[in-house]
Order: sequence, then structure tokens, then C-alpha cells
Amino acid sequence: MAMAPSTAKSAYARGVTDSLPFLLIVAPFAMVFGIVATEAGLSVAQVMGFSVLVIAGAAQLTAIQLMVEGAPTTIVIVTALAVNLRMAMYSASLAPFLGPAPLWQRAAIAFFNVDQAYALSIAKYQAAPEMSVPVRVAYFAGLVTPVAPIWYMGSLAGATLNAAIPQALTPDFAVPIAFLAIIAPMVRTVAHLAAALVSIFAALALAWLPLGLGLLVAAMLAMATGAEVERRLGERPL
Amino acid sequence: MNLSAAHIWFIILALAAGTFLIRFSFLGLIGNRNLPDWVLRHLRYTPVAVIPGLVAPLVLWHDGVPGVLDPAQIAAAIATVTVGMWRKSLLSAILAGGLVYFAGLWVIG
Repeated sequence: MAMAPSTAKSAYARGVTDSLPFLLIVAPFAMVFGIVATEAGLSVAQVMGFSVLVIAGAAQLTAIQLMVEGAPTTIVIVTALAVNLRMAMYSASLAPFLGPAPLWQRAAIAFFNVDQAYALSIAKYQAAPEMSVPVRVAYFAGLVTPVAPIWYMGSLAGATLNAAIPQALTPDFAVPIAFLAIIAPMVRTVAHLAAALVSIFAALALAWLPLGLGLLVAAMLAMATGAEVERRLGERPL
Repeated sequence: MNLSAAHIWFIILALAAGTFLIRFSFLGLIGNRNLPDWVLRHLRYTPVAVIPGLVAPLVLWHDGVPGVLDPAQIAAAIATVTVGMWRKSLLSAILAGGLVYFAGLWVIG
């Protein structure tokens, strides 16, 4: 990531190469989703519907888990979307860099704005403010060119090879591990840790609430906790 | 799962539309209108506020029953969180959790 690419073509190529290491994360995670969703009773078409149309692993797993638990549809949708709310923040922080791009390009970027693409693109844009808007768009396109197809193929592989996967890798085991592996690296500050702990204890304490409302209430308490700790301590690292 | 195919597709399409609107929000509406700081401060914590609460009962309550523990799963969860926070790597965390889980099954028999 030393020099900023100056043409759209070189920016696109740089985006492709920068995203390659992330395929090691995306491929197995996509397979876990395919396996878990198929085990839960979804058809291959439905698994692919999720992965192609939603493209948000944590939210997809959340929805599947709540569907398995028999939560009402509204709760499934609201809770899974709550997991994606962080993406409004991604959108807000990319806007100053990509705002002048044509609407269709901004829409395409929004559709493919997965965690990895956001993290890599914002790091590049901030490090190289001299990049022009078309070069930034090309870089983003390069980032998602390998990531999106691997996400789709991994999901398909998980869904279709399900029977060949050892029985020990049932949702029982795979879902919590996949979630924890996503979330643990995100716990970087005292405020993150406080929010996570409130989320755990409140969710367990409120599990008796009907309709999966316990998790929603716990999440709101935890968000307020994280925000308040940050307001008092700043983003103090752990 | 007792949901009809139509029901499942409804959830998929609603999540697809909702997720797109969240991602498009500021990129789409632009201007350099920024969110108030306090809103951003709350949004920053949504993943760590939702996911731990979702996972805690899955890890601690075997088959959803409070008080029934699955030692292999709890050990795997601890390993995943420890390695994930230490190495800041999703892949290392998954591998650690998987290894400990299978080691646990092997020890317990």
C-alpha cells in the first residue's frame, strides 16, 4: 500500500491484489454459512438468495439462528438488520470520498460494501487523499472483484457439500465459533469490551422475554454502554 | 424450521432491501451532511452489542437449557475469543476454536 495508484486501471489491479489475503477468511466463512443454513432447512436456492442478495455474513447467520429458534418474522428481520447498522457508519465515512461519483456507481459500491471492502478502501482513501474520485471507485471495484464471487462459491460449496462435512461440524458448534471469530478481533477498546459484556449479561438475564425481544433490549443497553464509556474514556485501547 | 418457502424468501428479500438501504444511506443521500457525533458513537457499537448477546446462550446453555453445559463447546468459545482478541484475526480465531473443540471431544470421548 505504499504508492497511491494514479490511473483507474492500476487502482483496479491494486484493489484486486490488496483483497486477495482476505479470501482466506471469506471462503471458509461462506462455507460455514452454507452448511449452517442448509442444516437449518434452507434449500440451495435460498442459501444463494441470502448470499447473493444480502452479502452480509453475520446478519445472515443471525437471521438463520433466529429462524431456527422460531422467532417471529419481524424480530428476525429487525435483529439481523441491527447487526448491519454498523454499515450506515461505513456509508457515512465513505461519503466524503465517493460522494461526487455517479449515482449508479455509489449504488453498486453500497451493494458490495462488505466489511473487508470497507476496511481496505477507507484505509487507502485516508492514506492517499490525492486519489481522484474515479480512481477511488476503480480501487473499490478491484477489492470486490475477487471477494464477491468467492463469497458466492463458498456458500454454494457449503450448501451442496453439506452431506460430506463431518457430523461434528453441526450448527451447534459452527455458529457460535463463527460469530465469536468475527466479533473478537473487533473488541479493541475498553468501550467495546464494556458493550460486549453488557450484551452477554443482559441477553442471558432477559432471555425470558417473549418474541426474542430480550436480545434487542440487551443490544440497545449495550450500545448505550459502549457510547457512554467512549464519551468518558475516549477510545482507550484494551 | 417450520417456515414455508414463501416465508423464507420474504425474509431474504426484506433483509436484502434493508441491508442495501443501510449501506446506501449516506453514500446515496450525500452532501457532506454528517451524522451527529452521538449517533455515530452508538452505531460504532452495534456489532459488539448484538453478537455477544446472540451467542452467549448458544455457548452457555447446551441445547438452550440453562444450567446444562457442554465443556468442549465452552472451551472452544474461550479459545476463539482469546485468540481473536490477541491476534486480531478471524481466521486464527476460527482455527483455534475448531482445534480446541475437536480436542475437547477427543478428551471427553
